Amino acid sequence: MEKQWFTISVYSENNVGLLNRISGIFLKRHINIESLNVSKSEIDDVSKFTIVVYTTEKWVHNIVGQMEKQIEVIKAFYHIDEETIYQESALFKINSALLFDERQIQNIIKESNSQIVTVSRDFFVLAKSGRREEINEMHDLLKPFGIMQFVRSGRISVSKDVMKISEMLNEFQPN
Amino acid sequence: METVKEKQTKTKSTIKVSGAEAIIHCLVAEGVDLLFGYPGGAIMPVYDELYKHQDKLTHILTRHEQGATHAAQGYARVSGRVGVAMATSGPGATNLVTGLADAQIDSTPMVCITGQVTRHLLGSDAFQETDIIGISTPVTKWNYQITDASEIPSVFAKAFYIAKSGRPGPVLIDITKNAQFDEFDFSYKKCKGVRSYIPTPKPNIGSITAAAELINNAKKPMIVWGQGVILGHAEEELKAVIDKAGVPAAWTIMGESAIPTSHPLNVGMVGMHGNYGPNVLTNECDVLIAVGMRFDDRVTGSLDTYAKQAKVIHFEIDPAEINKNVKVDVAVLGDSKETLGLLLPLLKQNKHDSWHNEFKKKYQIEFDTVIKNDIHPTKEGLTMGEVLEQINIASGQNAVMVSDVGQHQMFTCRYARFKQSKSNITSGGLGTMGFALPAAIGAKMGAMDREVIAIIGDGGFQMTIQELGVIFQHNVPVKIVVLNNDHLGMVRQWQELFFDKRYASTVMVNPNFVKIAEGYSIESKSVSKREDLKAAIKEMIASDKPYFLEVKVEQEDNVFPMIPSGASVSEVRLK
Repeated sequence: MEKQWFTISVYSENNVGLLNRISGIFLKRHINIESLNVSKSEIDDVSKFTIVVYTTEKWVHNIVGQMEKQIEVIKAFYHIDEETIYQESALFKINSALLFDERQIQNIIKESNSQIVTVSRDFFVLAKSGRREEINEMHDLLKPFGIMQFVRSGRISVSKDVMKISEMLNEFQPN
Repeated sequence: METVKEKQTKTKSTIKVSGAEAIIHCLVAEGVDLLFGYPGGAIMPVYDELYKHQDKLTHILTRHEQGATHAAQGYARVSGRVGVAMATSGPGATNLVTGLADAQIDSTPMVCITGQVTRHLLGSDAFQETDIIGISTPVTKWNYQITDASEIPSVFAKAFYIAKSGRPGPVLIDITKNAQFDEFDFSYKKCKGVRSYIPTPKPNIGSITAAAELINNAKKPMIVWGQGVILGHAEEELKAVIDKAGVPAAWTIMGESAIPTSHPLNVGMVGMHGNYGPNVLTNECDVLIAVGMRFDDRVTGSLDTYAKQAKVIHFEIDPAEINKNVKVDVAVLGDSKETLGLLLPLLKQNKHDSWHNEFKKKYQIEFDTVIKNDIHPTKEGLTMGEVLEQINIASGQNAVMVSDVGQHQMFTCRYARFKQSKSNITSGGLGTMGFALPAAIGAKMGAMDREVIAIIGDGGFQMTIQELGVIFQHNVPVKIVVLNNDHLGMVRQWQELFFDKRYASTVMVNPNFVKIAEGYSIESKSVSKREDLKAAIKEMIASDKPYFLEVKVEQEDNVFPMIPSGASVSEVRLK
């Protein structure tokens, strides 16, 4: 089976230790997590993990099954890229002098559709959201001028189809 | 059904108690009357309350925390109740890990309670501090650290609910010392559900109908059942299905004893050292019906060649097991008692005599080449197989057999005969040497009216030999049989077959086991001659006290049939 990119979305309770359980599922199978993001979800008191892995469908199916088995996981899904809307965010910290000395920098900012978050005497910060390739491209363009600091977030994504979590939670009746 | 005691606990108005005392009330409310453990600094407040509540709770002091977990497992496996083990922080807690891993892979309901350093010391590398939550996460169904006494009732209720519901498993609760001392208003309510957890999927009638259709149209159907039948209390339902549809049925090690050995359609064990017929015929059946089993690699051998010709039906409670190892045609999710119960009326009364005959023919081949020499040997040295055969005769096949790990375990599972369920207790998934002695203690305490016989090798016996102290102190009338070949027999067998007889570190120079048993005032005997064996076993069974019997067996004996690691079930070797 061929390896490909999968985005795993995990809806869960927000409890201490759950991240350890989730990451352990990958550790046990010697599978690397390419990116990980944890945030609140569209449902009150429900967290959402967004995890990107490069593996086979057999493994991602197995992993999602193991995740759903965890007591505090409500539901987990996996999608290929075509089934989701996704992006990442990056911050670039750059020497302020370059903003005035290098005309090219201003072009990069304009063409990359990035925002200047802050400017100080010593440095300015650029924020860029988009696909991994766009962020990489911007990084490559800025690199020759010197990047003081760079950071990129994990992928965040929403699926094109419906994830029926609220219905599941509403159905729950402690008998 | 709630007991009166539970109702009283539930309706009692709140009372102010310490966390430690609350733990006692929680255990009592959950129906616990026996637990195994070992005290230490961070769990002392709870032990102090155990001392005050001896009328309600019996605590068995094992000689090592690992022994406490295996005893709790043995107790749980034989009784169907939740086993409870307790330990202090640090090394006490880490010593539970093997038992937790064993209970996790063999789906045994167990609650472990560990003490922890006081809350303000967490993360300071305090004396006997260890991150047992982090350590136990991969080997527990659920775990939780209590740092505030008021959490105790709800967390205990949830722990017992999770341990025993759905596919059972071990739960660990870590309790900081301050939470044991602090007082709070106690009231207890049993857990009835957790919103993010569906223990038992609802059966899908469509898939049950599809399964029935496949079974009704099958010419060569075969059942392989596992422990799910025992955990789901579905023995009667499975037997009814087997009888009505006339399907030959084999078992995994964990499923053994669910159906009596003597049942005419019970065709034996599958897997690495299973019976010849069911292994070979797995690759000839047209419909394979798996019930409450998980296609472990020791069962399937090479997956690439496993039952490829068959339509596979999988009755299973855990959705994560579906298509995990073997791709199935029909998955029937749910509790086995319920799903088999729904299947039964849809099945046609049927017989598959010529197909069943194939199993009988294969059995005859296995009998002539292997079994005959194992249980009625003509060679000089004693065989493990004949010891088991003599135990069958002397015990009337009514005993609970608790085996350790290795050759003797395979001989026990192959040759012990059973009349009732929950009678074969062994470490199936994890293969934990040292399991049997403490597990037999727990099993005996979980079924005092039954004969409990531990079958142990000389290697595994010495891994938890200190638990003889529990047998001595509490006068637990278990029967211990050590099959001594002065080797780590199973590893030696592999070295003989696959490593050109290079016996690296498998020779054991053993102590005088009888003297050790005598040191614990346990009646004991050693036999090495065939003419003494029968009487010795008879004497052991007749005793109503703890009894230790060493049988010196032939050193270089092998377990066959055998599917070599990674080979196909069709390639099972008879010699």
